[in-house]
Amino acid sequence: MLRLNATAHAQMVGHCYDGLPLEACGLLAGPPDSDHALVCYPAANTAASSRVYTLDPLDHLRADRDAEARGLQIMGVFHSHTHTDPYPSPTDVAQAPDPAWHYVIVSFRDQVPMTRSYRIVGGNISEEPVVVVGR
Amino acid sequence: MPVDVRLPTVLRQYAGGQSTVKANGATVREVLDDLVLQFPQLNGQVVTEEGTLHKFVNVYVDDDDIRYLDKLETKLSGAETVSILPAVAGG
Repeated sequence: MLRLNATAHAQMVGHCYDGLPLEACGLLAGPPDSDHALVCYPAANTAASSRVYTLDPLDHLRADRDAEARGLQIMGVFHSHTHTDPYPSPTDVAQAPDPAWHYVIVSFRDQVPMTRSYRIVGGNISEEPVVVVGR
Repeated sequence: MPVDVRLPTVLRQYAGGQSTVKANGATVREVLDDLVLQFPQLNGQVVTEEGTLHKFVNVYVDDDDIRYLDKLETKLSGAETVSILPAVAGG
């Protein structure tokens, strides 16, 4: 399960909206070994594409430092699918950097954006519930 | 003089769970080599067998990506922090 603070959820979806028509991306941080994302770090997509994303490594570095300063750690990545299902693509699976992370997709396939989260371990994808907390 | 090396979460398991470790070297390559001497399971995770930076790893010296400096031969004064981060990408 991924628990997501309401503010972080809103920032995440907002950042994905702002990125349209291109894919947007960012990182999520929470307490070590926790499934609770407290902070959203919107990042730049240096690929500037509607089909792929590359998270700006400098944004990653800054997010990592800020998270550490808050006693948190990066626990996941989110990105948008501008017109496809909220399901990890082969590219998402092949380039998943950390089996401990949560992989969140915000899809604009339909009029209302859909948020889904997955664990990707050894090429295997498993969906997990997303619970937005603190509304 | 040893530098601080910040490790991403995915590599911390190979360094006893530590997020920051110290390593010696006058260049980024030497620091990474020293890191592997200290933590042998890190071998091949950052620098390939061919001696180049792994394609899916980013290394920063303070705020500078070493790919825009002198890559693994980037010189260090000893006051810097070297940060290792996985490349994050997909579609």
